[in-house]
Amino acid sequence: MKTKVAIIGAGISGASIARVLSKYENLEVHLIEKAPDVGWGVSKANTALIHGGYDDDPDKYPTRAKLCIRGNRLWHRWVKELEIPHVWNGALIVATREEDFDELERLLERGRRNGVPEMRIVDKEELFHLEPGLTKEAIGALWVPIVGQIGPIPAVIAITENAVANGVKTHLETEVTGIRVENGEVKGVETSNGFIEADIVINAAGLYADRIARMAGIDYFEIHPRKGEYWIFDDDVPGPRRVLFPTPTPISKGIVVTTEISGHLMIGPNAQDLPPEEKENLATTREGLEQVWEGAKKLWPQLPPRSKVIRTFAGLRPEPTGGDFIIRAEEEVWGFINVAGIRSPGLTSAPAIAEEVAEIIQRDLGIQLREKSKWNPYRREISHLFMMSPEQVNEAVKRNPSYGKVVCRCNNVSEGDILEAIERMKLIGVKTPSVDSVKFRTKATTGTCQGSFCRPKIVELLAREYGVEPWKVTLKGKGSEIGVGDVKALLRGDA
Amino acid sequence: MFPRIPMLNYDVVVIGGGPAGMAAAVRAKELGLKVLLLDENDHLGGILPQCIHPGFGLHYFREELTGPEFAARLARKMVELGVEYKTAARVLEIKNYSDLEKVVVFTSPSGAYGVWARAVIYAAGARERHAFEIGIVGDRVSGVYTAGEAQTLMDIYGIMPGREVVIVGSGDVGLIMARRFALEGAKVKAVIELMPYPGGLARNVIILRDFDIPLYLSHKVVEVRGRGRVERVKVVKVDENLNEIPGSEFWIEADTLIISAGLVPNVKKLTAIGVEIDPSTGGPVVNDRLETSVPGIFVAGNALLINDLVDYVAEQGELAAEGAREFIENGGIGSRKWVKVEKGENVRLLAPHYLSGDRDVYLYLRVARPMEDVELRIPEIGKKMKLPVVKPAEMLRVKLKAEEIRKAEKLTVEVVRV
Ligand SMILES: Cc1cc2nc3c(=O)[nH]c(=O)nc-3n(C[C@H](O)[C@H](O)[C@H](O)COP(=O)(O)OP(=O)(O)OC[C@H]3O[C@@H](n4cnc5c(N)ncnc54)[C@H](O)[C@@H]3O)c2cc1C
Ligand SMILES: Cc1cc2nc3c(=O)[nH]c(=O)nc-3n(C[C@H](O)[C@H](O)[C@H](O)COP(=O)(O)OP(=O)(O)OC[C@H]3O[C@@H](n4cnc5c(N)ncnc54)[C@H](O)[C@@H]3O)c2cc1C
Repeated sequence: MKTKVAIIGAGISGASIARVLSKYENLEVHLIEKAPDVGWGVSKANTALIHGGYDDDPDKYPTRAKLCIRGNRLWHRWVKELEIPHVWNGALIVATREEDFDELERLLERGRRNGVPEMRIVDKEELFHLEPGLTKEAIGALWVPIVGQIGPIPAVIAITENAVANGVKTHLETEVTGIRVENGEVKGVETSNGFIEADIVINAAGLYADRIARMAGIDYFEIHPRKGEYWIFDDDVPGPRRVLFPTPTPISKGIVVTTEISGHLMIGPNAQDLPPEEKENLATTREGLEQVWEGAKKLWPQLPPRSKVIRTFAGLRPEPTGGDFIIRAEEEVWGFINVAGIRSPGLTSAPAIAEEVAEIIQRDLGIQLREKSKWNPYRREISHLFMMSPEQVNEAVKRNPSYGKVVCRCNNVSEGDILEAIERMKLIGVKTPSVDSVKFRTKATTGTCQGSFCRPKIVELLAREYGVEPWKVTLKGKGSEIGVGDVKALLRGDA
Repeated sequence: MFPRIPMLNYDVVVIGGGPAGMAAAVRAKELGLKVLLLDENDHLGGILPQCIHPGFGLHYFREELTGPEFAARLARKMVELGVEYKTAARVLEIKNYSDLEKVVVFTSPSGAYGVWARAVIYAAGARERHAFEIGIVGDRVSGVYTAGEAQTLMDIYGIMPGREVVIVGSGDVGLIMARRFALEGAKVKAVIELMPYPGGLARNVIILRDFDIPLYLSHKVVEVRGRGRVERVKVVKVDENLNEIPGSEFWIEADTLIISAGLVPNVKKLTAIGVEIDPSTGGPVVNDRLETSVPGIFVAGNALLINDLVDYVAEQGELAAEGAREFIENGGIGSRKWVKVEKGENVRLLAPHYLSGDRDVYLYLRVARPMEDVELRIPEIGKKMKLPVVKPAEMLRVKLKAEEIRKAEKLTVEVVRV
């Protein structure tokens, strides 16, 4: 008999857990997500760094300290197996005052304790060799070569695709509304789409992990949102080669300046604590963005004119009571595992979190896990016209002419790329067609013009492939429809 | 150099099939050049097919046409002359091997090709400024569109974008979209204009009165809020220096925000090969053949500078074609004694930037602020032109005679009160 596992939340944590648990033949894994697609929670808007593991104090935050460095090491393998867009460009934590070196020494020491390899302090000369565009105030830095960057939502998508290929069942647009517990054991989850039976329930609900825990009667922690805002600039604006941090202060890692994997200069985030009820408040603010601007300027003085911004956005960190990750099987409720308070560096830690959960299932729940003989670790990335040489385009159009047809001009995304994305959306169970689902798989609409040329065409393709009227196609799920009817609908009064 | 992709051979490749590109291709063909026009859309016409209102062609065809009609006339001319063109063909890269050897790489449903060309006419149009670029903060929700995207949704795809609309920008495009929405039965709740005067032509400003649409001058939209879709937008008043006036904020409930905040020439493919850009036009620095700083690369239409009249766009296309012919015949435009044209009082931008003095030319220019009873002057040659009103929204066009140009070392254009 198989043990049924319900994972609540298809963010980077839930998806990674699903993938790791899909290795075992005696588990039946269900991944439940309220959003129309995977990765749209906290995992959608963050700095996208695979951190170095030197930052978390092992005395204060032992789980974070342990899982961050382990996660970093695992990502080096996962990005290859799953063909996730990434770059290993290293980070510099920059000192601008003599006393900053004391802090860098402390980080170096902490990194050594956490097991971070290859870190060292570089002098001014080497620093400018590594990063010529830095502020002239810089006098040295901590150099952490193992830091990298990935596409966070593409990562969640890749991991989910691989999990599904290995037998995981997804339930998208399915909101967990209750947890059935009988005689101190979980029996399953109530959802907006009916009851899902489960012997093990894993709470990986991000900002809502406290609410889910309370559904199981567990209330020793709370999650409050901490907002961070960002600017992204056009791809012709020069950015740094490395990830640049200021020397951290006791309250913050500071505002990062980096060239994200698509080649755009990105600056952010700041940190603003919001009241617990504002878990949906993803609005950018003038004050927050100005704070980021001022912070970034200190490291990277040649910020572009404001007219070169192509997007601003905000993300919410799920800050738990106590500050450390909460990853454990709860004793009061057999079968209920919390993966809560997964704030930064949660993206980095995710693969390690997933392995930790597998261990907990064996160790604490006493379920012997049996590996599948034919587990497939690999997943192929979708086609990207922008990565093809002209010769490769000619190979691709032989299969399908739409690979030669550009839809998104700014990023050279082809109709073929988009059709493939739609096929893959259907494969993991995306039911509501949305432009964002296509955007996160193909990069269409994320360039200089922010979709004003290509969005209508993408809407047309989604409408055709999903068999809905074009105006009913959404930007990001129900309630964000592109239109209110066909032209004349308002005049006819039937909008 | 591209051993494994098919190579084609032409005298001139035209990039872009809008009015600028089509006019250029037609003229190039008439001048006896072997020409290929490439456009990424499924149809010719650039943005014209979505501009279903009248107001096109009064100068060029001496008749008032709609956008699609104007485009169809040029397309018909192309077909009659047998101009070769490909649609659904996106130029990925221009490679400039030498003055007389260029390769244009494009991709299409039949694959990727390279085209050897001696000259390139770049007529790739412009893009619209979007909400992030004009500093709007808040939620990233559905219902925020640029004017051109809303126009495409309505007039190409038949999608009605929203019911209650706020429009940012009172230029012609914003005003025409206000009318378009009103005609479909939407409530246009406001047009918000940053400047103290409307940005569009008088004939379009009347639209607001006709449809009872409030116009807020000296105001700006600063924030959008909503869950899935726009629910309200925040407006604030600005003073004469365009600084926000604290306490003047108010919210307008609406489900749609249309950004019509101006266009930016599409020049990335040109900057990639080192073409010099004029920061005031956003387009390349050109001589009177519309040749850029890279020999043999010509530019026309909105890629050169933002035009409000399609007629001038077509005219620039023809001029660029003539330049290309001269370039190919003589192996270059030749190093003349170029007369530089400079911006004087109340001139915000102008093109071309260098004149040869061996032909008559049109100068295109825009003023920085509106004025009445003024004179356009070029003091070096004693030229004066009386103008009852000038507005930044209306591009001015001045003809200069070859012999006038030859008289001067440089020319300064100014617009001053008489
Ligand atoms: C500003 C910022 C910067 C960051 N930078 C970094 C960084 O550079 N590097 C790094 O390692 N980490 C970073 N992080 C942290 C990282 O983003 C998070 O730790 C990680 O994304 C958390 O993933 P998750 O899967 O736990 O949560 P989520 O991605 O939020 O996933 C939880 C999912 O649960 C779903 N859900 C919630 N309630 C229910 C319900 N009732 N029913 C069904 N589904 C439900 C949600 O819709 C969501 O999709 C940053 C975070 C922020 C906000
Ligand atoms: C709402 C609105 C109302 C207007 N009203 C009027 C009016 O009433 N009267 C008037 O005279 N004018 C009007 N205009 C202005 C007029 O339409 C424009 O000035 C004119 O269309 C610009 O022409 P163009 O050829 O330079 O550019 P476009 O028409 O933009 O054509 C450029 C073409 O190049 C293609 N292209 C770009 N890059 C590539 C590439 N790499 N490979 C292949 N193809 C490429 C584009 O897809 C496009 O098809 C209006 C414009 C708008 C938006």
